This record gives sequence, structure tokens and C-alpha cells, in this order.
Amino acid sequence: MARAVTSQRKLINTGLAWAIGLLIFFPILWTILTSFKTEAQAIASPPIFLGFDWTLENYGVVMERSNYARFLWNSILIAGGSTILGLIVAVPAAWSMAFVPSRRTKDILLWMLSTKMLPAVGVLYPIYLLFIQLGLLDSRAGLIIVMMLINLPIIVWMLYTYFREIPVEILEAARMDGATLKEEVLYILTPMAIPGIASTMLLNFILAWNEAFWTLNLTAVNAAPLTAFIASYSSPEGLFFAKLSAASTMAIAPILILGWFSQKQLVRGLTFGAVK
Amino acid sequence: MTLRTPLCMASAAAIIAASAAHAETITIATVNNGDMIRMQGYTDDFTAKTGHEVEWVTLEENVLRQRVTTDITTKGGSFDIMTIGMYETPIWGANEWLVPLDDLSAEYDVDDILPAMAGGLSHDGTLYAAPFYGESSMVMYRTDLMEKAGLEMPDAPTWDFIREAAAAMTDRDNEINGICLRGKAGWGEGGAFITAMSNSFGARWFDMDWNAQFDTEAWANTLNFFKGMMDESGPSGYATNGFNENLNLFNQGKCGMWIDATVAASFVTGDGSTVADSVGFALAPDNGLGKRSNWLWAWALAIPAGTQKEAAAKQFIEWATSKEYIELVAANEGWANVPPGARTSLYENPEYQKVPFAQMTLDSILSADPNNSTVEPSPYVGIQFAAIPEFAGIATEVSQEFSAAYAGQQTVEEALEKAQAITNEAMEAAGYR
Amino acid sequence: MATKASRSAARLMMAPAVVLLLGWMLVPLIMTLWFSFRTYLPLRGGDQGWTGFDNYVRFVTSSAFWPAVQTTLVIVLGVLIITVCLGILLAILLDQPMWGQGVVRILVIAPFFVMPTVSALVWKNMFMDPVNGLFAHLWRFFGAEPVSWLSDAATPSIIMIVSWQWLPFATLILLTAIQSLDSEQLEAAEMDGAPHLKRFWYIILPHLSRAITIVILIQTIFLLAIFAEIFVTTGGAFGTRTLSYLIFQRVLESQNVGLGSAGGVYAIILANIVAIFLMRIVGKNLDN
Repeated sequence: MARAVTSQRKLINTGLAWAIGLLIFFPILWTILTSFKTEAQAIASPPIFLGFDWTLENYGVVMERSNYARFLWNSILIAGGSTILGLIVAVPAAWSMAFVPSRRTKDILLWMLSTKMLPAVGVLYPIYLLFIQLGLLDSRAGLIIVMMLINLPIIVWMLYTYFREIPVEILEAARMDGATLKEEVLYILTPMAIPGIASTMLLNFILAWNEAFWTLNLTAVNAAPLTAFIASYSSPEGLFFAKLSAASTMAIAPILILGWFSQKQLVRGLTFGAVK
Repeated sequence: MTLRTPLCMASAAAIIAASAAHAETITIATVNNGDMIRMQGYTDDFTAKTGHEVEWVTLEENVLRQRVTTDITTKGGSFDIMTIGMYETPIWGANEWLVPLDDLSAEYDVDDILPAMAGGLSHDGTLYAAPFYGESSMVMYRTDLMEKAGLEMPDAPTWDFIREAAAAMTDRDNEINGICLRGKAGWGEGGAFITAMSNSFGARWFDMDWNAQFDTEAWANTLNFFKGMMDESGPSGYATNGFNENLNLFNQGKCGMWIDATVAASFVTGDGSTVADSVGFALAPDNGLGKRSNWLWAWALAIPAGTQKEAAAKQFIEWATSKEYIELVAANEGWANVPPGARTSLYENPEYQKVPFAQMTLDSILSADPNNSTVEPSPYVGIQFAAIPEFAGIATEVSQEFSAAYAGQQTVEEALEKAQAITNEAMEAAGYR
Repeated sequence: MATKASRSAARLMMAPAVVLLLGWMLVPLIMTLWFSFRTYLPLRGGDQGWTGFDNYVRFVTSSAFWPAVQTTLVIVLGVLIITVCLGILLAILLDQPMWGQGVVRILVIAPFFVMPTVSALVWKNMFMDPVNGLFAHLWRFFGAEPVSWLSDAATPSIIMIVSWQWLPFATLILLTAIQSLDSEQLEAAEMDGAPHLKRFWYIILPHLSRAITIVILIQTIFLLAIFAEIFVTTGGAFGTRTLSYLIFQRVLESQNVGLGSAGGVYAIILANIVAIFLMRIVGKNLDN
């Protein structure tokens, strides 16, 4: 085929993809832009896109009013801790479901998902009372456990599907060669599964980062993450778009940066380069 | 984390050292309203005076409500002080969930608290929460637009005048709506407004046997009047407008009149407003039936029973709701920015009397009587709410039906029928009927 | 095939996850069941004893129940259709060679990083506000009357906001699946002169079926429970009250834990019906 055609197609693809990408990204871009405006400019009519007086005032106000570092640190600890804990529990389970399936595997998988279906607010009082009894209220440990349990079904599912993509022949060949279970998992499966595990990790991290019901309702000071930080900027009296935008930008920036760096790994996901 | 700005001066450090044995860290849950956020900025003054540190949990109003309610009913003990309103205080006080504030110091001068506020924050004559600021509602209007329309706002207008003036001020081509009112669903938003308004139309939520009253003519009149006026002269999409949406509209010069909380007066005359120089105030309208449509509310500080830090918490409440605190704010940010509506002495202060909205705010507060809010007798206390635990849930659902009627998705009659059914159903479930 | 030893090892490896989830499911479930049979009013002295099936009857006969179920299904289905369809198209597009692929990918994925509360606030205030929102400005620019999105088209607006949040997830999962597609197979089909549509229908779509299943299953779980988007935008008014929102109103606004718990039990039942239904339709894809 002629080279000109493909490069023309590439051009069209690029144009289209960028247009759609920017359209999808626009609300976030708008939030970030708004965070640099004054409150009055944030609701100016007609809206101002770039020609406003850029100011860091909102960020200054937010930093002065809230202990951002503490909220951020709690978010990182809770999202990170629950992700790691979740993986430790989920990897073996997903592995055994994918490679040693029994008749009940699918039922167990479905049942795991169904545990996520109980509406959170319906069990707020029971869980709250339980947390008081166990002294876990407003503790990071308590939240890490809850976040881990909430997302565990998703992790197991994701890992299960990724593992299923790994050809069984390779495992059988390894077994023929006399590999033990431990060797099989450590030297054959894990390297092949790393992309899948990585994207599961990121997904879980994001879900835990954004979870706003338990993280708000079970914390006060010591364990309050960024969702609580946001709750102090949403809908106060008076104008708040610019300050909310600044707070929002601060709340999503860390995870946006994390996503940026890991997106290659993330998209590699199922392409098991090593297999081929 | 104990990284605190080392702002304390030497003398303050000495006090802290002296009282180190009793120094505590108290946790305060509060709403993210402007006056509370200002209070957080002055925490160092409290720490310097008492040695106690403060941890703030600042949340948006709806989240705060669900958070503190969960904690108080389960005796979770997450907070040493909670910011609550006039609706919660008597109910929680009756359950003995709050520490009675009956032993406040003599300097605090508890008798200086406006009687209307103290009354609303008490149960059986015992004060359970100290008002940080209080509010009623009143008419805020644009003097320039009023003049242009050839009208003059009386100090105590009637609803008919308001409607007429709204129509006269409306100028759709220039995006000027004659009147902006809350239509947003939620008991504290549109629900509060329409309930207060219904009082002036002779309506009430319940009769003396706790039967819902939405099948009465008074309620039909209220809703029809509201919807008629707003369709004529209100902004588009008013069914989703609450306090904040209307504040922004007013500040952008898009409203001729706005009937809402008296605390808004300092916002519409402040820096964020494009119309600050041409705002006038009047009492909330009436209908000649002897009741005006203004409400009464206070954001107050209360101590949950069972806290280990009761003494320190009391010290904080005495500090935050004291005359000295008001003076502290006035000295730093001007009299217009002090927390209003809590203390009699504030309104006797000649400096404060110069603030343009001071007198109208006081008059509005004084004309509101939670114990006697309806034309016909009612079994409940409260003006824009009925102080029973079930009210918040019922009124939110009822106001959702009203909002759907404002948006034209159902008729006023349908909305009232549903409101009647919802209310009676819930009251039956709660065992009132 | 697996030996007996590896089978028991497998059980052992599964045990922690199963036991933990069992605990996490059973403890709240039993507590929910317990409360659902009691009159539990936190603001009226708490637990006031047995009440039989009263809460269940009251919840299901309330005029709000069936509309709430309907709204829940409409929102879940609407979001699923939008995210899966657009997700497939986007995934195919992003798989094509282009300049700045990495940047475009991060742009498309970004909404997933935004907290639901924030995205709802941003959409509500900065886009859908009938006076100051960008849509209103756009509408006026073209001489049209601005729409009050959150009252006149409340459910579609919420579907849109939620779709915006979940489209990245669908795209991401589908994109990873597409990338595992054997490019030789596709090229061969291209050589044979198979038209685009045919290639899509017979090669790409079957290959994506498992990924689509995962997207649908996982999203359904989250969509059945969406809360913040409704809480922030309409507060359940204008026909946007979902089942989980109704339960929220019963538990926290009306402070009737017993009634809310009964609602919670109904929600579990509904969710399981949906899940079984889904498995019938898409579950086959998990086997192969």
C-alpha cells in the first residue's frame, strides 16, 4: 500500500483522537484554569478562557486553611495500604481460581462481587457501632481494612481475568520440567502477570483514593483523607468555584501524575510481550 | 501531626507552660460557612489564652449533618464540640446527648444572648448550645432598579407588593429577574423558604392532632402564589436554586429582589458583590394575617455528652461566642464582618448600629417567634421547620415534590397531594397518628 | 490436569480472600437483617424492639419505591450503553498509530481520577448551571434559550455526568484487550480485502467479548450504588431518586435505620437479580 495513504490516515487519526481527548479532558482543564482565577472571574459572563489575571491566591487560601499535607499523606497511606494488602490477599486467590478451577469457581467469583452490592449507607450504623467497639473510628488502620475489603472483589476479578489470559500450556510445560508450585508462581507466572497486576494496582489505588462515603463517615481528624479535604470546600456560603477548583486540582493532581507515569504500564496490560 | 505555626508570643508561651498540665487538644466539627472559617483563623488567640489546641473538622453543611448525627446517636465520641442548628439542639437536648450549658462563667454574660436565640437553643429552659451567629430572613433589594421601576419599598412590604414590584423590575433582555427565591429541594433550602412563606399565608404543617395540612386552601395559595410569581419574574431554572445560587445571581446584578437569610446582607454589600452600593433591606413580606414570612435560625456550638474534654470544650465555647471574640473580629476586619444575630449587646453598640443592615436584621430576628409561628395553632415548635426528629426527612421529600411542580413536571395540586400522602405516611410510621 | 495436591494448595490460597469477604459480607449483612426486623430510630431512643415484617412492607408500599427501582435501572442501563459503545470506538481509535498517543491516552483516562463529588460539583456549577454554566453561554451564543439541565432533563444529565466518569474505565479495559489482539490476524483480514465493518464484527468484537463482560459487571456494581452524583446535583428531586438514594433518605434524613435496613435488603435482592440476569446474557463469555 502507498505510504501516503497511511500517513494521511495517521493524520486523521491524530486529529480525531486529540479532538476527542481534549473534549473529554475539558472539564478538568476548565477546573484547573478556574483555580487560577479570582472568584469574580470564575463566574464572569461571558466566561474567560485564558485572558484573566492569573493568580495563586486560591492556592494560598487553601494551604492556609487546611493541613493539605496531612490529608494527602492519609490518602496515600489509605489508598496505598489497602492496595498492597488487597494484592497480598487477592493474588493467591485469583491464581488458584484461574489455574485450578473447580465447578464452584464461577459461583465464588459471582458471590464475591455480590458482597459489593450492599448499599454502603444501609450499613452505616452497624459498621459505625462496630468501629466504636473495636476502637477503629478515625484510625488509618480501620480505613485501610475497609477499603481493602470494599475493593477486594474487584481486585480478584481483575487479576482472575488477567491470569486467565496466560496460556496454560506454558504452566504445563514447566510442570513437566519438574517445577514446584512455588517456582511456577515465582518464576513463570509473576513475570508474565506483572502488567496485569500493575494495572489492577493502579485501578484499586484510584478507587480507594476516590471513595467518599466511608472515608468521610469513619474519620474525623487523624485519618481524614483528601475526600474530607474536598468536603470542606464544596458549597460554602458565597462564591467558591475558584477555591473549590484549587482544592480539587490539589486533590486530583497527585493521582493524575501517578496515572501519567503509569499509563504505559497500564495500557500494556494484557499484551504479554514475554509470551510471544 | 503537631506542626503548628509558632505564632505564640512569649507571654502566651508562659501561660501555656503554666497550664501545661491541663492543656488538651479538642476536636471541633463545624460547617464551612464564612464566619466559621474566620473563627478558625483566630484559633491561635484561643490557644494563647487557654493553652488548649484545636483540631478542626470543617465540612460542607449536608455532610456535617450526617456526620455529627451518626456520631451523636451512636455515642461515637469523635468530636468534643459540634456545630449544630436550631433544629437539632432541642431534639438532642431532650435525649440528654448534649452537655447543658448552665454553668457558664459570669463574664460570659449568658443573659446577653438574644432571647429568641437562647429560646430556640434550649430544651425545658436549659441552654444546650451557644449561638455563634443567628439569622432571620428579610428582603434584600436593588435600590437603583426599584427607583427605575418607579416604586418605593416599604419597611414592611406585603406579598402583593413584592409580586407587583418583581414584575415591574424584570427586564429579560438585560438578564434582570425581578425576584430570586429558593426553589431547591431539601428541607434547609427550598423547604425552609416555602414553610416560612406558608406561615404568612395562614398555612401550617400539622394540626393539633399531627394531621398533615397540605390539603388546605392556605397551602394551595402559598404554592400557586410562589410559582406564579417566580414564573413571571424569577430566573430560569429557579427550581434548582438554593441560597448560594441566588447569592451569586444577586451579586452579579441579575436579581431585583432576594428574600433570604439576614447573614447574606454582609455578602451582598461586601467585596464579592457588583451591586454592593445599591442594596436596600426590608422585613420579609406578609399577607395581612398577622404572621410574616421570616424564619429564625442559629448556628451554635454544643458539647456532646460523654466527652473527656468537657472543661476545655466549655472554655472554647465561652471564647468563640463571647463579646471579646466579636470585638476581636471587629478590630481586625471591621464591624460588618462580625458574627451577627447572637448577642443583644452587639446591637446596642453604636459602632455596629452604623452597619447598614444591623437594624433590619435585629428587627427581623425580634419579629420571629418559633413558639407561635402559625396563624392557626400548631403542635410544633419552629418557624421554617417543626422540631421533631422526623421533620428533616419528611420535609426533604415534600420539597422535592414542590420543586418538581416549580419545574413544571407536575401541577401544584399533584405536588400537594403527594406531600399530604408522604407526610401522613411518615407520621404514621413514627407513631404520631 | 491439576493434581490433588495442587487442588488443596489452591484452596489454601483462596482461603484468606474468601474468609475475609465472608466476614465482610456476613457481619454487615446479619446486622442489616437484624435491624430490618426492628424499630430502630436513633433520634427516638434507638432500638425499640421487634416489629416483624413492618419495615419491609412499609418500604415496598411507599410511593417512592417503584419509581426508585425504575430510575436505578434507567441510570445503570443508560450509563452502560453509553460507556460500552463509546468505549469500544475510543479504544479502537486509540489503538491506531498516531502522534502523541501517550498524551491522548492520559487525556481520555483523566476523568476517572476525579472524585465523584468533585466531578458532580464541576458539572453542576460550571457547565449545567442555566445562568452561569458554559452550556448556557453556548446555547445563548447560538441564540437558543438555555436549558435548566438539572431540573428539566435531570436523569439524562446524571447519566451524562456518570458516563463521563466511567468512560475512561471502559476505554482502558477495552484498549488493553484490543492490544492483545493478534495484529497478524487483522492484517491478514485486511489483505483479504475484508471491509472495516466486517473486520470489526467478526474479529474485533468477539475478541473483546470478555473485556466487555468485565466492564459491564464491574460498572454495574458501582453504578447500582452511585450516590455522590445525585447528592450533589439534584438531591433526589426531579425523578432522580435511585434505590440507594432512597435508602440514604430513610437512614440518614428520616433517621429510620430499621426501614433503611429493609431497603438495604431489597437493594441486595435487586442487585442479585441484575447480576444473575447479566450472567445469563454475558456470563458465557467468561467460560471460554
